Amino acid sequence: MKFSLRDLNVWFGSVHALTDVTMDIPANEILGVIGPANSGKSTFLRTLNRLNELKPNFRMTGDVRLSGADINKTDVDLLRKKVGMVFALPLPLPLSVFDNVAYGPKMHGVRTKKRQKEIVERALKEAYLWDEVKDRLDTPASKLSGGQQQRLCMARTLAVEPEVILFDEPCSGLDPISTAKIEDTMLRLKANYTLVLVTNNVHQASRVADKTAFFLSGRLIELDDTDKIFTAPSDKRTEDYIGGRFG
Amino acid sequence: MRRLKEFVLQKIVLLCGVASILFVALIFLFLVKEGLNVFKAVSPSHFLLGRSWYPISEPAQFGILPLILGSLLVTAGATVISVAIGVACAVYIAEVARPAVRETLKVGIELLAAIPSIVLGFIGMVTLVPWVKKIFHLPTGLTALSGSIMLAFMAMPTIVSIAEDALHAVPRSYKEGAYALGATRWQTIHRVILRAASPGIAAAVMLGIGRVIGETMAVMMITGNAAVIPHGILQPVRTLTATIAGEMGEAAVGSEHYYALFAIGTLLFVISFGINVTADLLLHKRRS
Repeated sequence: MKFSLRDLNVWFGSVHALTDVTMDIPANEILGVIGPANSGKSTFLRTLNRLNELKPNFRMTGDVRLSGADINKTDVDLLRKKVGMVFALPLPLPLSVFDNVAYGPKMHGVRTKKRQKEIVERALKEAYLWDEVKDRLDTPASKLSGGQQQRLCMARTLAVEPEVILFDEPCSGLDPISTAKIEDTMLRLKANYTLVLVTNNVHQASRVADKTAFFLSGRLIELDDTDKIFTAPSDKRTEDYIGGRFG
Repeated sequence: MRRLKEFVLQKIVLLCGVASILFVALIFLFLVKEGLNVFKAVSPSHFLLGRSWYPISEPAQFGILPLILGSLLVTAGATVISVAIGVACAVYIAEVARPAVRETLKVGIELLAAIPSIVLGFIGMVTLVPWVKKIFHLPTGLTALSGSIMLAFMAMPTIVSIAEDALHAVPRSYKEGAYALGATRWQTIHRVILRAASPGIAAAVMLGIGRVIGETMAVMMITGNAAVIPHGILQPVRTLTATIAGEMGEAAVGSEHYYALFAIGTLLFVISFGINVTADLLLHKRRS
């Protein structure tokens, strides 16, 4: 198990955002997380790299372990290096393509240009962006298309050599073709990484996820193989949500 | 009837808008008109680069280089001090402090801005000046350094509040993105947040400098008012502003001395204008 969560509860002030979440996330799989707005799925995702701590009045109880180690006892910067994150909107830094990807490694102390080049090339290849940008590594990242920018953000995350990658609705602003490329990239990344994908698009979960978790009102309602969730869910609420009857 | 009301209101507002520009233009024209007269007595290069300012000797000498250098020295000193402390303070308020501390500090900074410059001037004269004298074993504490420290206090509120706005305007997603890559708090602040806010911070610095270079009373009280070319920050200097304030009363209207003071005023106007325009451009760069 990559991640194991036991009785996780999260509050923001008086708002109980997650209630008694217990689950395991196996390595080298894609876990899809679906649920309506305010179901706690983003909070769940941000628990895994402790990004919730940036918000005021955050409080959590329960036990979250990455490869057996309590994440709250791990150095937070190291944790976030191991657990990378790709956000909903592609957010390239106002730098060149190369510098965007080299940013993380530089920050973590990779000084030589040669080593940086190797890392950038590997990360861009892993994000399947290399062939599209290899001749224009010096152009500003803002010149790339939306889909390319999102894969650039994936490359940037990959460049710091994480073990887990969290995706927070990575395709919400993208067209179907760019979405297909991102999904394709995720499927290939599975071989070397563990992926957690929060999405508002249930079809996306059915296309890429090995297992799917359904959240509702801060509770984990059901977690099972994606095939089962989408064909024969055991909870009525899951069936209703997937069938588009609420949410 | 309603149309007429609209029309009249519109014209009144237009008039107010035009008036503000018109007044500035008229002031500038008046300054230039009076100031240019000095060049009947001295050449522009002698005026700007002349090394001695003896406006009432016989023959009078109108070289304002010592005054320019005095202003530059005091301003440069004040800028170094206020930027270092001000930007650090803005970072602390915007990124590090807890909400309660942040509000207290912001009120404190605003209070600092509310102190009249003359009050800062005499507080400086009775506390800072003897201290500078003692620390550096000087014959007098009325030096450019004393002026710089006092002016830094005056520029700081401007720098802190505008820089803090700029830092606050950095999208939250930048910060989250940096943290998600495993950046430490310090790395996030100096590599992402400060960089993203840099045009706004530069504008804050420029406006702070603008405030400092135009300041008069406080510098007049604590810089010693010696119109000689300074050789270091521990010497008395006289600034452009203090010269006008100190001598305008005794200069006969229409005399060369009088025109020379107007020319100094014109120079100050041009410098302030340049600084403010630069700050404005930087702020616009941030928005676009």
